[in-house]
Amino acid sequence: MEYQSETGRLNILGFWIFIGAEFALFSTLFAAYFVLINRTAGYITPGELFDLKLVLIMTFLLLTSSFTCGMAVHEMRNHNVKRMMIWLAITLLLGLGFVGYEIYEFVHYASEGATLSTSAYWSAFFVLLGTHGLHVSIGIIWIIGIMIQIKKRGLTPKTSSKVFVSSLYWHFLDVVWIFIFTGVYLLGMVS
Amino acid sequence: MNLRWDEFIVTGDPLILGAQISIVLVSIALVFGLTYFKKWGWLWRDWITSVDHKKIGIMYIIAALLMLFRGGVDALLMRIQLAAPEMEFLSAQHYNEIFTTHGTIMIIFMAMPFLIGLMNVVVPLQIGARDVAFPFLNNLSFWTFFVGAMLFNISFVVGGSPSAGWTSYVPMAGNELSPGPGQNYYLLGLQISGIGTLLTGINFIVTILKMRTKGMTLFRMPMFTWTTLITSLIITFAFPVLTVSLALMTFDRLFGTHFFTLADGGMPMLWANLFWIWGHPEVYIVILPAFGIFSEIITTFARKTLFGYKAMVGSVVIISCLSFLVWVHHFYTMGSGAAVNSFFSITTMMISIPTGVKIFNWLFTMYKGRISFKQPMLWSIAFIPNFVIGGVTGVMLAMAAADYQYHNTYFLVSHFHYVLIAGTVFACFAGLVFWYPKMFGHKLNEKIGQWAFWLFMIGFNVCFFPQYFLGLDGMPRRTFSYLPEEGWFSLNFISTVGAFVMGLGFLIFVYNVYYSFRHSARETSGDCWGSGRTLEWATSSAIPPFYNFAVLPEVRTIDPYWHMKEDGQESQKEEDYKPIHMPSNTGLGFIMSVFLGISGFGLVFEWYWIGLVGVILTFACMIYRSFQQDDGYYVPVEKIKETERHASV
Repeated sequence: MEYQSETGRLNILGFWIFIGAEFALFSTLFAAYFVLINRTAGYITPGELFDLKLVLIMTFLLLTSSFTCGMAVHEMRNHNVKRMMIWLAITLLLGLGFVGYEIYEFVHYASEGATLSTSAYWSAFFVLLGTHGLHVSIGIIWIIGIMIQIKKRGLTPKTSSKVFVSSLYWHFLDVVWIFIFTGVYLLGMVS
Repeated sequence: MNLRWDEFIVTGDPLILGAQISIVLVSIALVFGLTYFKKWGWLWRDWITSVDHKKIGIMYIIAALLMLFRGGVDALLMRIQLAAPEMEFLSAQHYNEIFTTHGTIMIIFMAMPFLIGLMNVVVPLQIGARDVAFPFLNNLSFWTFFVGAMLFNISFVVGGSPSAGWTSYVPMAGNELSPGPGQNYYLLGLQISGIGTLLTGINFIVTILKMRTKGMTLFRMPMFTWTTLITSLIITFAFPVLTVSLALMTFDRLFGTHFFTLADGGMPMLWANLFWIWGHPEVYIVILPAFGIFSEIITTFARKTLFGYKAMVGSVVIISCLSFLVWVHHFYTMGSGAAVNSFFSITTMMISIPTGVKIFNWLFTMYKGRISFKQPMLWSIAFIPNFVIGGVTGVMLAMAAADYQYHNTYFLVSHFHYVLIAGTVFACFAGLVFWYPKMFGHKLNEKIGQWAFWLFMIGFNVCFFPQYFLGLDGMPRRTFSYLPEEGWFSLNFISTVGAFVMGLGFLIFVYNVYYSFRHSARETSGDCWGSGRTLEWATSSAIPPFYNFAVLPEVRTIDPYWHMKEDGQESQKEEDYKPIHMPSNTGLGFIMSVFLGISGFGLVFEWYWIGLVGVILTFACMIYRSFQQDDGYYVPVEKIKETERHASV
């Protein structure tokens, strides 16, 4: 369905390459994070702050949203617009929940004395997590825009390629989160 | 940042005052001229909003030539300051600012856009496509590049230029040692134009992979298209690293993070590594397309097919992979240890193998060819020995142990100018002269062009060859003055003379543009040099119509146009015409880039509300674009017939 039009095919390939670039972007952020991982300069350490329960909830929300997003694309291919919209809406709610928890987490850390300018470690932490969170927020706005377009114009080759591309983006953010979950939180709690 | 109102505009230096006056005068003249000749509508409709890849390419090239002028003036100012011991032409701070802007402008705002401009003009034609894959994105790429470049360029009159070198090493580039907006200009100017470059990379990968005409398999693609494809891949994986590095330093300077600071756990070496993980591939981003250009020109003017085509492709691929594995050779002396240095020493030297393969292939292509020594060929032939001098001294520098001797001396300065000028700048000139009739419908005058070539080439050698010896004599780079007893006077003086000869060569080149516009015979045939081999010469006229090909050609071999001519099949039949789908022009790319530029300008001075408003407006444009329903339009067959008849007259 999403591959029906010429522009759709071009956009999807272009977006895959864009994801390649995003992959390089997050790799660089991870590299910076791992270089600075023990550089807390004597201030508060991640082990003192990380809360496994909170992180597990966030992980659950985001991973589930990837599943619901997949369901939306599945329904799209069955030409079931209504169900697709419902699945997309659920995806967005889960995403919003994730962003909400992340904001809560950041505010909580700041109140405990860990901010962007506390030490190199926290700079790297907030910038890596913040970049991911910003991507999720942009994804939410983007998918809302696509839903409005589908409401107005129905499911065409053009709009369906947009749904597919945004779902690729959403899954990609999920993959990045898995790396954050293991690389940042689990390692941070061990050390 | 607490900037007093009278510090906002840089004052007090007669050189800068002169620049300010000339900027104001040129601006007034431009506005007056455009109004007087009623050209505003033409500028907006035909150029600013254009999504035609050829026009975008021409705009890139014009911008790059302007930047070459700016960077060249910087170079001449430096050479005047160094012409004799204890010169007092520039102050130390001013000298630092000038070498920083010279380096940044020449690499980011001159070499790369020049090559991207040529790619834009040529690559879609070479693969027999009607446009690039994402025409709107192409327009946006150009404008973000242009706005980023302008943001960087206004620094020397508004607020002050960056002065930490084009590599912006910390702590030099940190808040303590580089207070004021200069370094912010560097960070945001590069960031904004970097977005455009990344988009270009993605655009060209998709274009080349998906938009090739029937029969144009990967191994029938012209060499320039191949190098563009590989370069685009390097861009896609290297530029995000730059994006992140610049963002992290911006955070350090504006929001007090500690990535590269000396206090609170920051790590200055992280910057050096990140910068060069991008910066070294960047060197190949500006040299690989140059190799492609030389390949095209040498085959055309030697009238032979490229020797060892597959080996050439393989070399480019190998070079592109190795380019990501050598970054530490930029700082052997910063204490990485013997094992690390050895690894990077070996990977660096390995690059000379595929490069050598390419050099020999070019020589074999010329062997027994009927060479015609026109301007593009002269630049290409001159490239080979000069580039080899740069390459061999590069291998000398690649030896980590020996590098401790040359590091940070003029030996290094000379090496990279030999590689980048003989490689990239010669290629830019060669490519511009070669494809000039395609872009403007007439050739550049041969005689004046040869004068420009000889002056530039001789001046280049007079300027940079002595610098090897200055380096071996221990003259450090980035130095703004020296004492008479150090004995560097005579070589420096010769070098300065050479620089001015190069400058004269450039002026004559520019004069040639004017002269040829007035006096050169107009080209009517698409195959302007008479020996074109690739599809860009198969279009109906010297300047291809906006849809490129009335009927998309079909390809069966390498050098398709050459074979079409041999078989007598180059003309197209009118009954084959079908309506052509084309994208419509849009001003959105320009508007978005301007918003992005406003945002960048606000952040430079830490006026966050301006920064925020700019970003929000940019996002608003993106949302607007997403909702826009514009599927382009169809060019009717009648229009094509009319255009083609008009073109062939």
